[in-house]
Formats: sequence, structure tokens, C-alpha cells
Amino acid sequence: MSTDPKALYQEVILDHNRKPRNYGELDHPSHHAEGVNPLCGDHIHLALDIKNDTVERIAFHGESCAICKASASMMTAAVKGKRTEEAETLAHEFVDMATGRAAAQDSPHIGRLAVFSGISALPMRVKCAILPWHTLQAAFRSEACTSTEADADPMHTPMGDA
Amino acid sequence: MSQQLAPSPKVVARTAEKAETANPPAAFDVERIRQDFPILGLTVAGKPLVYLDNAASSQMPQQVIDRLVHYQTHEHANIHRAVHYLSETATAAYEAARVTLQRFINAPEAREVIFTSGTTDSINLVAQSWGRQNIKAGDEIILTVLEHHSNIVPWQMLAQEKGATIRVVPMNDAGELLLDQYEALFNDRTRLVSVGHVSNALGSVNPVKQMIAFAHTHGVPVLVDGAQAAPHMAVDVQDLDCDFYVFSGHKVCGPTGIGILYGRAALLEAMPPYKGGGDMIHTVTFEKTTYAPIPNKFEAGTPPIAAAIGLGAAVSYLSGIGMEAIAAHEHTLLNYATEQMAVMPGVRLLGTARKKAAVLSFMLQGIHPHDVGTLLNEEGVAVRTGHHCTQPLMVRLGVAATSRASFAFYNTRADVDALVAGIRAVQKVFA
Repeated sequence: MSTDPKALYQEVILDHNRKPRNYGELDHPSHHAEGVNPLCGDHIHLALDIKNDTVERIAFHGESCAICKASASMMTAAVKGKRTEEAETLAHEFVDMATGRAAAQDSPHIGRLAVFSGISALPMRVKCAILPWHTLQAAFRSEACTSTEADADPMHTPMGDA
Repeated sequence: MSQQLAPSPKVVARTAEKAETANPPAAFDVERIRQDFPILGLTVAGKPLVYLDNAASSQMPQQVIDRLVHYQTHEHANIHRAVHYLSETATAAYEAARVTLQRFINAPEAREVIFTSGTTDSINLVAQSWGRQNIKAGDEIILTVLEHHSNIVPWQMLAQEKGATIRVVPMNDAGELLLDQYEALFNDRTRLVSVGHVSNALGSVNPVKQMIAFAHTHGVPVLVDGAQAAPHMAVDVQDLDCDFYVFSGHKVCGPTGIGILYGRAALLEAMPPYKGGGDMIHTVTFEKTTYAPIPNKFEAGTPPIAAAIGLGAAVSYLSGIGMEAIAAHEHTLLNYATEQMAVMPGVRLLGTARKKAAVLSFMLQGIHPHDVGTLLNEEGVAVRTGHHCTQPLMVRLGVAATSRASFAFYNTRADVDALVAGIRAVQKVFA
């Protein structure tokens, strides 16, 4: 996978940004959580219906950059129909790949999500890509809200300026 | 840097004086000026660097780099302490820098210039020293919706401690403060106005002179946050008649970790110290300490000596070019950029005040500013994206973040062309 930052903005990511999958809200979800990065402005709502430990329905909406929105879209497509423990495994693999701790080829379940491997070359943007996955994990734990900024940012990239 | 080329502190001070009073600045030649900035020769992502993040931090000319190297190589020791040669040399250079800064803002006296770690530190100094002495429960502090967080949070901390209230001057959609509403905020509980000279997020030049004159009719002192003004225009604290003026070194081509607080001598003298320690005392016993006169009272501990001397060299460099010439060149650039971007499809400019300086904030339709910043970087163009430490302003504008190009005197029309071409390239990716 290329680590050229520009290669990140390839067709598959741009397509998910333009036409996000599973975009919207769910009636009576069993689990939900909100992912907010106030400094950067990414803000997504995630809702799931989990039955027999399986993600039967999933939807997201919100305002965010293309990286975050495409990541959320591809995440919903990837975890729909999966058992929650499989989704957790995938979340760990995705975060490890995005933060550069593991290569895409060493991530057995990553599949098409490997298009995000280039994000590790952009430390300021890693938190955008992993926000949906942290939000998914928060929803599994029935936490209302999560963030990937500040203390929760695995890349420790302070934001703010002058 | 050879020793013979390195000016002594006295020569530096004299040169600064000459540049400001005797020699008219040479004709403005941006290509010659760019030769002074080694960093502008960098390539980024295989493209020549187009540095348009000057409102966050400006670059340093070789003259300032050389001054820092000369200081560390030939002049360094602790100041105000010993009688040996190096300590005296360092002290003279440090105090000469203070005089250079005094002249740069036309302060009446050098002792009214306090070296701080920057704008944020300067504002905190006034909030914690003047503020804690003068603000009581029920008092009101006037800020504006355009302020940087560093001109909001120190006052909120003070207001929370004292039970005081923050009042906020609103603006119109162009980013201009509403003066009638400003005047309407005054009452007998108003104790201070703290206002930015130039907005870091929108570039609006605020009518601070007029605002100060009005505040003074109510006997209210005014602090002017000059972080975004000092790099771009001649600042005259006597003409403004401000009570405090603050700015940072790294935005005027100087080092980080240094800035100044100008304050009227009478105010500074009546204020309690901000930090306790060495260099700020007169005599110390365990029963009682008497404090040094200003400016030392506010410069506890060993200051960033090299940074202060570097800041002196930086403002001498700017004065050598001439602040009027700098302002004229930057206005030309801003107008050129504004004209081009105003007619680009899918581009919305934020901040269209009649009086602006060096900042162009924009949104690209359907494209988040962080995607814009990442992709412009691939074109070698450095802009800032985010909320610019002005979250209340972002709420007022109804956006989470913007992209911001900010100019310095070393930028060129070619830089603007690269920005415009870069924006087209970003739009193409998202088309």
C-alpha cells in the first residue's frame, strides 16, 4: 500500500465520501454513541441494532472531513452482519494499521479497509480515520460519547494555534 | 558568521535607530528580501515551499539567525548578575534589545517594555497582576467576538475567581466590530477592555484607536492584543493611547518563547509582581521582600536572553525594510488574492471587512478544511486549517473550521498563484 498522502484521496475513499453507505438514523437502536473531535470539527452519530451478539443494523450521520466520513461509511459496511467480537477484532486491526503499529498485510481481516493504511504518514489526520471505530467501541460498551483528540489521540498531535 | 561581521549590541541598537530615523528604507524588492530567508528555499512534496501560514508563525531571516549564533558564540552569560566581561556584554545586548523594542512601538520609556514568553504570557501577566488587584465581584470586562482564545481564557479565569462578568462586542457578517454596540456595553461596572488589533482568523483590522478613546471617556483602561498587527503595520502605542500592548516574537520573524508587554509606567508600577524569584527583587529577608522597579519586577528568573536579543534583531530587520513598505506590499498581495478567489466557483471568503491585514480565510464548497490543508500540502502550499483558536468566532460564523492563508512581506504574487492553482487541484480531486 502506498504511503503517499495524496494516494489516500483515491477513488474508493472519495466515493464513500460522496455516497456514504448506511448514512442516516435507526429507529430504536439497541446501541448508540457519539464521536466528537471538537478541535478538528469531526462529529458523527452511530447507531446499531445488536441481536444475538450480531450487528444486524447500523447507521451513522454527522459532519466531518472526507477521511472520517469515508472511514465511517466503510466501517458500517464492514461490520454489518458481523458478530461483535469480530467487529472488535477489526477495530483493533484498523487502529493498529492507521497508527502505523501494524502493516496492512499483517492484518488478516482488514480487506478493503487497507485503503486507509496511508493515513499513518499523516499523524494529524489519524484521529479522523479512527474516530468512527472508537465510536463503535464506545457503542459496544454503552458509552454515550467518545473522542480521538487530546489524551485519546494515539498520535498525540496537539491542535490549536495562533 | 565571522566576528567582524557581527555587530556589537551597541552597534545593533544604533543600527536600529538609524534605520528608523535617518535612512529612508530602500525600495521594496521582494526577491532580494526572499534571499534573506533560507527556509523559503525548501521543497515540500517535491514542490517549492509556498509558506502561507504566517499568522501562526513567520520565518526567520539570516540576519536574526546570525545574531542568535553570534550571541551564543561570543556574548552569552547570565545577565544583571556578575561584573565579569561576558555578563556585562550579555546584559548590554539584552537591554539594547529592550530599547529597540521600545522604539519599534514608540513607547515613551524602555522600562515600560517587559519581556515575556509571548502574547499569551503577556495577557496572563496583566490578568493575574493588574486584574487580581483591580477586578472585583460584579465588575465587567469587555472582549470581542473576534478574540483569540488567549485573549479570552485568562479573563474568564480571572472572572471566575472574582465573580466578574465578560461582555462581548459583536460583529457584522463582514467581520467588523459593531461600535455602537461596543459603546452600549459600558456602564459603571466596566473595568477593562481587551481587544485584538487584527483578527487572526479573519484579518479584520479593528478600530482600536477609536475604541480606546471611548473607553478612556469612561476611565476604563484598554489592553490591545497586537499579535497579528505588529508583523504587518507600524504600531505607535502613544498614538493609539493604549494602556497595554502585547505581541509575540515569533510572528515578527523573531524566535519563539519571547514576546513583550508594553504598559504605561504608572500602571506597571502600581501592579504587584506576577511571578516571584530572582532578578525581580530589591531585598529579600524571610520576613519581607521588597521588589525591584519595573521592568525587572516582572522578569523573575533568568529570562530567555538570546530570544530577547533575537527579537531585537528581528524588529530592527523589519524597521530596516520599513513597516509602511511591508504593509503596502501585503495589501497588494491580499487584494490580488481576494480578487482571484472571490470569482472562483465553490470558494467562499470569510471576513470581508473594509480594513483587513494579510489574512484570507476561506471555505471550499463540499470539502472539509482539513482535507483542503492535507491536499494543499501536496502542492507545497502551507495553510492553516481548523478553528484558529477562535471557537466563539467559528460559532458566530456557523462553521467548525476554515482554511486560512496568511501573508508576510516575503510572499509574492507567484505564491498567490500557487495557492489558487492548489485550490483548483483540491477541487479536482473532489469533483
